[in-house]
Amino acid sequence: MSKSKSAYSTPGKVGKFDTHIIVVWVDNEAGVLARVVGLFSGRGYNIESLAVAEIDQKLSISRITIVTTGTPQVIEQIKLQLKKLVPVHKVADFKREDKKVIFKEMALFKVVGNNLKRDKAIKACKKYKAVILDKTNKSCVIQITALRREIDLTVKNLKKYGLVSVSRTGAVAMTRGSEIFK
Amino acid sequence: MSKLYSGAEIVFKCLEDQEVEFIFGYPGGAVLPIYDELKNHNSIKHILARHEQGAGHAAEGYARSSGKPGVLLVTSGPGATNAVTALTDAYMDSIPLVCISGQVPTHLIGTDAFQECDTTGITRPCTKHNWLVKDIKNLEKTIHKAFEVATTGRPGPVLVDIPKDVQFQKASYTKFKKQKKPNGKVHNLFSQKDIDQLINLMSKSSKPIFYTGGGVINSGPKASELLREIVNITGFPITTTLQGLGSYPGEDNHFLGMLGMHGSYEANNAMHDCDLMINIGARFDDRITGKIDEFSPKSKKVHIDIDPSSINKNVKVDLPIIGDVAEVISSTIRTIKKVRPNFAKSNNQKISSWWEKIQKWRAVKSFDFINSTETIKPQYAVQRLYELTKNKDTYVTTEVGQHQMWAAQHYKFNKPNRWMTSGGLGTMGYGLPAAIGVQIAHPKKLVVDIAGEASVLMTMQEMSTAVQYSLPIKIFILNNEYMGMVRQWQELLHDKNYSESYTAALPDFVKLAEAYGCVGIRAEKPEELDDKIIEMINTDRPVIFDCLVDKQENCFPMIPSGKPHNEMLLGPNDQKAKKITGKGKTLV
Repeated sequence: MSKSKSAYSTPGKVGKFDTHIIVVWVDNEAGVLARVVGLFSGRGYNIESLAVAEIDQKLSISRITIVTTGTPQVIEQIKLQLKKLVPVHKVADFKREDKKVIFKEMALFKVVGNNLKRDKAIKACKKYKAVILDKTNKSCVIQITALRREIDLTVKNLKKYGLVSVSRTGAVAMTRGSEIFK
Repeated sequence: MSKLYSGAEIVFKCLEDQEVEFIFGYPGGAVLPIYDELKNHNSIKHILARHEQGAGHAAEGYARSSGKPGVLLVTSGPGATNAVTALTDAYMDSIPLVCISGQVPTHLIGTDAFQECDTTGITRPCTKHNWLVKDIKNLEKTIHKAFEVATTGRPGPVLVDIPKDVQFQKASYTKFKKQKKPNGKVHNLFSQKDIDQLINLMSKSSKPIFYTGGGVINSGPKASELLREIVNITGFPITTTLQGLGSYPGEDNHFLGMLGMHGSYEANNAMHDCDLMINIGARFDDRITGKIDEFSPKSKKVHIDIDPSSINKNVKVDLPIIGDVAEVISSTIRTIKKVRPNFAKSNNQKISSWWEKIQKWRAVKSFDFINSTETIKPQYAVQRLYELTKNKDTYVTTEVGQHQMWAAQHYKFNKPNRWMTSGGLGTMGYGLPAAIGVQIAHPKKLVVDIAGEASVLMTMQEMSTAVQYSLPIKIFILNNEYMGMVRQWQELLHDKNYSESYTAALPDFVKLAEAYGCVGIRAEKPEELDDKIIEMINTDRPVIFDCLVDKQENCFPMIPSGKPHNEMLLGPNDQKAKKITGKGKTLV
């Protein structure tokens, strides 16, 4: 009895964490992102990455893509809590392993170095649809689109070729095939 | 061209169309245009509080006792921040509140103007939704939407922030027709299949229990009637949460009393040992479940709730039924009557040994205490208050702490909406202003705030409000000079280190009552208690009743933190806690 000094219950067993991609369609109105993000921070949920932009100007709908981790119970709560927000229209949830869904992130790399290093850097990026956006005789800016872990790996690779700056988006997602999420 | 109205006029037109009779508030610079308009609207009466928190709790008390949304009007900056506690309280206990706040003019927003704060930012996590109205054209639809959001689905507070320039701007207004059944975001998502499954579980169970909560009260008086009917048909035992008290008659034999941390021995043991738990409008709060991993390990759990996010939040359930409590119970009753007309008869035998077990737990009499002829025991004070007021359709509010638990244990309620207490947030200072709101809604009824001396001092200034509007509320203070629940935890869990839980310089509550222009009564001895309570009841003015009670009394039974339901601590007979002497208590 004297061991427990808290007025609150002791934490129970914690389940296994999974990575999920949550897609939320919201009214593009003032404060809506704060509502969604505040729900995550207020209830102690994780956000690994976040991507948001308006997708329908006429209806003024934005699509928010959030990569999060949690136990199945927490993921379920995230979806249900999001659905309760007034500006939220619908909520989709995909497991990262889900083969029916495409996930993509974009990254920009600035590489500074001699010709040889820059060429090696570009070569290292080739399999991720590398686009050279800017080129000088000292530097280049490379754009790739890939999965999170592929970008992580590329960043590691490019270090030795003179990588000086990285800019990345959060993941965006879309289902394969003709189906859309209703 | 249709007539144009100012923003302030539109606010009142909306309130009129929403059939609002009372607003609770406090004026200030950024809401002056709205206050200026008040005089032109006779059907709406403004109740001037002494602090915005008080106005908020009064609006809550009004809402909980009447079933209508409470309306709160505050100014920008400190007005809004002072309302935050009340909004959070309403959010936790699912009380419909509409808070209208003034804001600095739109061109000053973001400039750190005088009395500016990010009201919608601050209140975002403590409201169901909030709006900053920057365009007069949106004002009308926003206010009506605010009422809809507050009152539909699981009710809760909302806030509409209106900059001062918008209050002056003009727009047209179209009369709003209030829908009888507003179609909110939440619908009944259950099907007949769910009901059939529930009845199937019910007929198989030999150790069932109903565990009901505030959702039954929020669903309206009909839900409480239906709850009585279904208990009657099934013969199942029923326990309610703190917020559910009154949804089922407190003196009925099927009622096991409140459950949870300070709930009855029979209710908690029945919850632990049952094979079927039917949760109706409760939310598996941590004060109810105790240790989650050992919570009712052998039962199938059914959860009936209007809020889908309540399902599986704390406890995994076997059968979720999402919908309005009244409608779920009513279709359950309908189906039982159709498919198993003699449910009760066939079932009585099946659950008879369960009832025998419950009677054994009941015989422990866990709410008992050792009475005294020397000092007034707080439990005795609540019991006497109950006996002397039970024939009066009394409304009871409370503050937060030991007195709240004693009130919940010893005051029995027969009807819903008679019991107003801050359960989720546990807001000390809730009861006095809430009593004001209750008395506004029910001017002829007896309204008692069962209080502790520490809690009540947090919003004591609202006595002035009660006097201003001649509201004969009764503040029944169980005065033990301690923050009793804090002291109890310190005694049991912190080696009796009574750190800062003793109030060394309390006011003389009788003189304080006189200073406010109301009546002060003090009771010091058990033998004078009844006469003094009767004197209080018969006083047609606000009363502060200073009931000096035993300073060391603890609230039992109790589930210590992190323990399962079947490991309760019973009263003083069960444990030999050494009592500290009266002397030197300021030192400990």
